[in-house]
Amino acid sequence: MQTTIPTAQPAQPKAPAATKTPENVVLHVADVHKRFGGLHALADIDLQVEEGKTHAIIGPNGAGKSTLLNVIIGRLAPTSGAVVFDGTILTGKKPHEINQLGVARVFQTPEIFADLSVLQNVMTPAFARRDGAFRINMFRSVESEAEIRDEALAMLDDVGLVGRREAHAGALSRGDKRRLELAMCLIQKPRLLLLDEPTAGMSRHDTNTTIELLKKIKSRGMTKIIIEHDMHVVFSLADKITVLAGGRIIAEGLPEAVRGDPRVQEAYLGGAH
Amino acid sequence: MFEVIFLQLLNGLDKGSAYALIALGLTLVFGTLGVVNFAHGALFMLGAFCAVAFRRLLTLETVTLDPTRLSPWGQPLEVRAPVVQAWFGDFGAVLVNYSVPISLLLAIPVMLIIGVAMERGLIKHFYKRPHAEQILVTFGLAIVLAEIVKATFGPNPIPQPMPTDLRGAADIGAFFGMQANVITYPLWRLIYFVFSLLIIGAVFAFLQFTTFGMVVRAGMADRETVGLLGIDIDRRFTIMFGIAAVVAGMAGVMYTPLLPPNYTLGMDFLVISFVVVVVGGMGSLPGAVAAGFLLGILQSFASMTQVKAIVPGIDQIIIYLVAVVILLLRPRGLLGRRGMMEA
Amino acid sequence: MTTFMSRRDLILFFGFAAVVLLLPILAQPFGAAYPDLLQRFMIFGIFAIGFNILFGLTGYLSFGHAAFFGVGSYAAMWSFKLLSTNALPAIIFAVVIAGVFALAIGFVSLRRSGIYFSILTLAFAQMSYNLAYSVLTPITNGETGLRMAIADPRVLDRLFFEAPVAQPVPSLFGFSLSGWNGFFFSAIFLLATFFLAMRITNSPFGMMLKGIKSNQNRMNYTGFNTRPYTLTAFVISGMLAGLAGALLVVTDPLAGAERMRWTASGEVVLMTILGGVGTLVGPVLGAWIIKYFENIFSSFNDNILSAFFSFLPEGAREIAVTVSSKFVGDGWHLTLGLVFVLIVVFLPGGIMEGVRRIAARFSKADRDGTARERRLAPKAAE
Repeated sequence: MQTTIPTAQPAQPKAPAATKTPENVVLHVADVHKRFGGLHALADIDLQVEEGKTHAIIGPNGAGKSTLLNVIIGRLAPTSGAVVFDGTILTGKKPHEINQLGVARVFQTPEIFADLSVLQNVMTPAFARRDGAFRINMFRSVESEAEIRDEALAMLDDVGLVGRREAHAGALSRGDKRRLELAMCLIQKPRLLLLDEPTAGMSRHDTNTTIELLKKIKSRGMTKIIIEHDMHVVFSLADKITVLAGGRIIAEGLPEAVRGDPRVQEAYLGGAH
Repeated sequence: MFEVIFLQLLNGLDKGSAYALIALGLTLVFGTLGVVNFAHGALFMLGAFCAVAFRRLLTLETVTLDPTRLSPWGQPLEVRAPVVQAWFGDFGAVLVNYSVPISLLLAIPVMLIIGVAMERGLIKHFYKRPHAEQILVTFGLAIVLAEIVKATFGPNPIPQPMPTDLRGAADIGAFFGMQANVITYPLWRLIYFVFSLLIIGAVFAFLQFTTFGMVVRAGMADRETVGLLGIDIDRRFTIMFGIAAVVAGMAGVMYTPLLPPNYTLGMDFLVISFVVVVVGGMGSLPGAVAAGFLLGILQSFASMTQVKAIVPGIDQIIIYLVAVVILLLRPRGLLGRRGMMEA
Repeated sequence: MTTFMSRRDLILFFGFAAVVLLLPILAQPFGAAYPDLLQRFMIFGIFAIGFNILFGLTGYLSFGHAAFFGVGSYAAMWSFKLLSTNALPAIIFAVVIAGVFALAIGFVSLRRSGIYFSILTLAFAQMSYNLAYSVLTPITNGETGLRMAIADPRVLDRLFFEAPVAQPVPSLFGFSLSGWNGFFFSAIFLLATFFLAMRITNSPFGMMLKGIKSNQNRMNYTGFNTRPYTLTAFVISGMLAGLAGALLVVTDPLAGAERMRWTASGEVVLMTILGGVGTLVGPVLGAWIIKYFENIFSSFNDNILSAFFSFLPEGAREIAVTVSSKFVGDGWHLTLGLVFVLIVVFLPGGIMEGVRRIAARFSKADRDGTARERRLAPKAAE
């Protein structure tokens, strides 16, 4: 897919790998290349996500968004370049280590604990934040952990699920599962939240409620990366937008600027759509 | 030295053949139906007992009392007349002598019916359920089948004689131009090996060259797409389960002269066959066959006294050891596809 | 107290304890009130609870748990032979050895999940079994099994007492552990095990294990290193199997390799599934039912059966006896297999799920009843 899209000029001049990361940048994707055999899935990706901002990465299907996400969370090793989160290189780290550094993730299809209650779903990540990656905590009962319980209930109240706290998480609707997953990420107070197509496969109604929820979170100033191919979702949320096409960054800037960029329109209209 | 190695190679072949045949069926079922079948060893055992049952039928006797003659204890003499020989004469005697290979004819339809009944009656309800539940239900089924056989045929092994003409040994060494009588090999084991090659060849040819086989292979690769083409893949898979049962059954029939069957036979072979499947690569038919022979041969080498002197007890654990190493270093097995059940 | 145990848990625990300790009376109507059988109830209850801590909470299906049971038996027997006839050091020794063994096997096996984990554990158990019968004969005494002998060193005992003249038997600081003493001794361990399982299930640690069963991927992305969690569960589970194995040797001083066979591993799976995976009481219930019917059914013979069917006319009675005799006595495993298949097909949650379904039906009927009353009530109020 990537090869069929005409390669556009990179929007920014190539930054040398040794560039010093500015103070207010939380995540720095520094000069990342990723090749699969002969396929250049990612080329010259240099991305700086600023503290407290919502940074959207958009692009038509096959633009390399998923590959970039997998490189960021360390699941794929870049062919060259590095991903630096808050001074730590993420490449090669295990998912739980990355989470413990303060990166939480929302999946395309909500990943929740279907067999546990809604409340337990939210308490579990709170334990991960308090107790770390592993702790044998088997002599107190869950019920006695009042602090964590109250925190989880407040979180559920925030996302509007407190009424269903005793329900089986597997029985929730798609939209409610997404809310639950968001609550599970937010209770960890992550420094960076990754959202992978948070409204994919949702009905119009669920999409709108999810956008409302994301707007509500936005006011708290948490740094977020949203990966989307639906532009509509992004323009109402993002502070800054990076447009990918054919594995390259073709535009980057404020929503208004990106919306009017002819290269972006070409990529969307002339590319996959 | 060369003779020793060659002999051990041969010694591993008959067990390897049995492993390969069972593992082939296991893989076929896993690849087509996605079911982990712990009852597959029981099918091998049922096949073996088809041979036992057939021989019992052939050797049924009528007992008549002859009042004109007296036994040494003064009672009327019992005259036993084998029914088959009474009906067919000398041909009956030949039938009895060759009961094991002839019982294949009985085993094929019986195993087909058992296999199809098993799939339609029980296994089909478990396609969508987790592997753990598949293991559990087929494990339960294996117990039931073994216990039915125990209730019918008793708990003790029942030896099955091989045909008198096939009892000798073949001078393999001479065949390969070595000195005569250096390497001899029991004829029946050789027959078993050749037989298993024929079956394996037949299964592969069936999958390779028939339309039916092509559809099944396509279904193994991507069930959904084949289903979308409007092909009734489920019915074909049912038949494949029947075929896997027949293969296991035939393997069991022909194995009876080598090892007197009893009701635990199935589980004894199943555990090893699973290891074989894992070593070969879950879902890979050539892998299952190759690993079957490989492990049979390895086992035979490990039981050499020279080897045991270096590593005591290695013959007891070699197969499992190989499985552990393979699972840890190369979870998809020797010939498995990438991503197939790699977890 | 509230932070320690909730009211509901206290009631459950004391209810369970009461049932266990009163078993010698409660089991009388069932003809099961003799120490030998009840002791096996306790031992296999411990085994099943331990197995459930792994399978029920984390979802990892081990098909080799009998190996830990067997290791526990051998370890306890060696303690009887080398150290003392006192059961306490034997049990401690057995639990430690089984734990070390489980740590090693779990460390390797838990690198894989699903069916591969099952096969790995099965492979390790078969290796242990085969080795116990062959090269390890000096330790296991092979097919004959390991027994205590008068000539054993028993260094601790020799320090304090004269060398015995009679066949030594396990004891507890001089108290005999045969008969009912042995039952109560084992019962205490069952209660302790039940208590531990309860604590684990209700603790954050237990919730993590359930999270692993439900969605391991989410656990990882939530910041948990799942491997040490599953390994801890595996080791606890193996130690409890070792405890059960040791207790069996205390009551019946013979350790044999047969207890390590895959059939024995399969049996504990059956017990847990039959009673109810992931529940507290279920595994114990499953163990008791299987051990009870094993005992009762295997003692049935044609005479008992024909007495049972004596109400039938002659011909029908013979048929009934012939058919049913296939399912009892030696054929008891056939019944067990059939019941097991039916349970997995129709009631995957085991007996406990059945109980819950019936209870739900009743309470639903109850709620319907009250709802109807309420619907009628306003009219009356008007």
